[in-house]
Amino acid sequence: MEIFRSHVLICAGTGCTSSGSHNVAGTFDRLIKEEGLEKEVKIVRTGCFGLCEVGPVVIVYPEGAFYSRVKEEDVEAIVKEHLVKGRIVKRLLYQESLDKDQIKSLDQVDFYKKQMRIALRNCGVIDPENIDEYIAMDGYKAIAKVLTEMTPEQVIEEIKKSGLRGRGGAGFPTGMKWQFAYNSKDDKKYVCCNADEGDPGAFMDRSVLEGDPHSVLEAMTIAGYAIGSDQGYIYVRAEYPIAVKRLEIAIEQAREYGLLGKNILGTGFSFDIDLKMGAGAFVCGEETALLNSIEGGRGEPRPRPPFPAVKGLWQKPTILNNVETYANICRIILKGADWFAGIGTERSKGTKVFALGGKINNTGLVEIPMGTPLRDVIYEIGGGCPNGKAFKAVQTGGPSGGCIPAEHVDIPIEYDTLVQIGSMMGSGGMIVMDEDNCMVDIAKFFLQFTCDESCGKCVPCRIGTKRMLEILTNITEGKGKEGDIERLERLALNIKESALCALGQTAPNPVLSTIRYFRDEYEAHIGDRKCPAGVCTALLEYVIDEDKCKGCGICARNCPADCISGQKNTPYVIDGDKCIKCGTCIEKCPFDAISKK
Amino acid sequence: MKTIQQLEEIRKKTLERINIRKEREGTRVVVGMATCGISAGARPVLKALVEEVNKRGLQHVIVSQTGCIGICEYEPIVEVYRPGEEKVTYVKMTPDKVARVVTEHVVNGKAVTEYTIGGIK
Repeated sequence: MEIFRSHVLICAGTGCTSSGSHNVAGTFDRLIKEEGLEKEVKIVRTGCFGLCEVGPVVIVYPEGAFYSRVKEEDVEAIVKEHLVKGRIVKRLLYQESLDKDQIKSLDQVDFYKKQMRIALRNCGVIDPENIDEYIAMDGYKAIAKVLTEMTPEQVIEEIKKSGLRGRGGAGFPTGMKWQFAYNSKDDKKYVCCNADEGDPGAFMDRSVLEGDPHSVLEAMTIAGYAIGSDQGYIYVRAEYPIAVKRLEIAIEQAREYGLLGKNILGTGFSFDIDLKMGAGAFVCGEETALLNSIEGGRGEPRPRPPFPAVKGLWQKPTILNNVETYANICRIILKGADWFAGIGTERSKGTKVFALGGKINNTGLVEIPMGTPLRDVIYEIGGGCPNGKAFKAVQTGGPSGGCIPAEHVDIPIEYDTLVQIGSMMGSGGMIVMDEDNCMVDIAKFFLQFTCDESCGKCVPCRIGTKRMLEILTNITEGKGKEGDIERLERLALNIKESALCALGQTAPNPVLSTIRYFRDEYEAHIGDRKCPAGVCTALLEYVIDEDKCKGCGICARNCPADCISGQKNTPYVIDGDKCIKCGTCIEKCPFDAISKK
Repeated sequence: MKTIQQLEEIRKKTLERINIRKEREGTRVVVGMATCGISAGARPVLKALVEEVNKRGLQHVIVSQTGCIGICEYEPIVEVYRPGEEKVTYVKMTPDKVARVVTEHVVNGKAVTEYTIGGIK
């Protein structure tokens, strides 16, 4: 086989041939021979490249120089300058006018520019099923440092200094939690990881588990050393099969390398991790319900005190931290508490991962420093609402959180500011809503969820959420009564004060927060029997526009409820009482004459 | 059981292969295979990439998987790291786009701009 040092591809497709590539090719043949380069340069007549607009097209490899609009007179320059001297003929290169600024890498787009990926540092970078790649990115360096250079007290001090707060939603200072467990003297202690991630729309933890499982394993081992434990459990929801598989592989690999199990790195410290899969109950993401579930019981919370750090799993001192909290630990150990404390704000240090979903252009996972204004997340990173719709509100914290209306779009995102305006950071789910969302319907959606997931142990949650849901459902069906809003508020405050666990205590939040900022929508539903956003079907009227209606009768023929009447060539009419609001008429109308009001 | 020295050696060796900056040996092609990618159809894309690379007998090209890259809206995502070059991010990839990416970019060094994150916009 002949080896050429250079290939010249000349497009011989129809487009370029008609612009003269045949002659161009002939000139190449002649000049190559004249320069004596036949053994070194191969001329290839190829098929169409696609850029017929700028033909004749010639590409010279190995450089990949893309010459466009090449005329016979230009061939000499290419042969003499490029093929002989190796100098690309710039003036003949295809000028993609945007080429210099052409964004080719993810790191350059708006989505990424404001992000700081700490917890997600390896996601999308390494192969999560390959422990060597994790090691290449400084993996298992933190545990080595901890085991050989630090005492448990020093580790806890470092985490406290960093200001890391729990990323599962409550935001409790992690260092303090570890300190309490360290202080509790007992013969056995446990390190648990909450990977239950039950909030609808949240997938931060899932991404860490699927993309960087070793970071969690290493952090749990560090925690074990700090509090004096030799056993860890990861409670992962069974609805995350890929995460479960990747965790199993990671644990297997870590054990093989002696990074889990007895005598890690020859230091005498032993720690192992086992997986426990959840069975689909949202309440099992709650701290004590989770511990009950690991013990084999039903997911029901326990009264506190005693707190798990004193009496947790099997009544032994236990720490339970969220996946994302663990994902930050190794970086803090390696780069130092001061580095971490330098990111974020006074009382919210570091970064937070958010799962952007709902009515937003760039759905995905973002990690931003605490204190970033919400505006940046919605418009710069998220790219705004699709179809030019107006941004209305964003729900943060899932069913435990509240909505942040458009008027507060400049709020800096941190634990305390969000609580002040009636919402909360939560685990990081951010559902964006636009002008077509009905806030009463949204509140009902979340309450349906929490009501369904209530374990039933305590009265306020079991019965209280049900009563609230009944009132809300009535409102959305046009059966709201005067005083319903006040009734909802009273119920909400009672439930918040008396429910046994955070599920019940926070279930009323979406209702309270939507009443606070969108009271007018509630009043429209109750007083006027109207849904301003056009969502609550029971309150919608389907109306035929007389001016647009051509009297073709298609809608009447297709109506399953037989409620449209009229005569050919006169405007048809819908009987509101019989209408079942299925929407078939709107779909079928060829003149766009029917709308929902 | 590994010692700390052995970990260091693994670290150095693997870093050369996957270095996300420019100093690396060989080309690394990475496909997003978290739940977002897989549900958008990344498995057929991965399969097509592996087949294409094998079919052409390409040396020094590794096709591997990774977790959630972040911009889930645009999955399936494929990132190409060629030696000495900035990484290129391809979005909304399908198996039939693979051949072109391998031919034009992986082998011949010219990124297929209309499939990239900048080009798709």
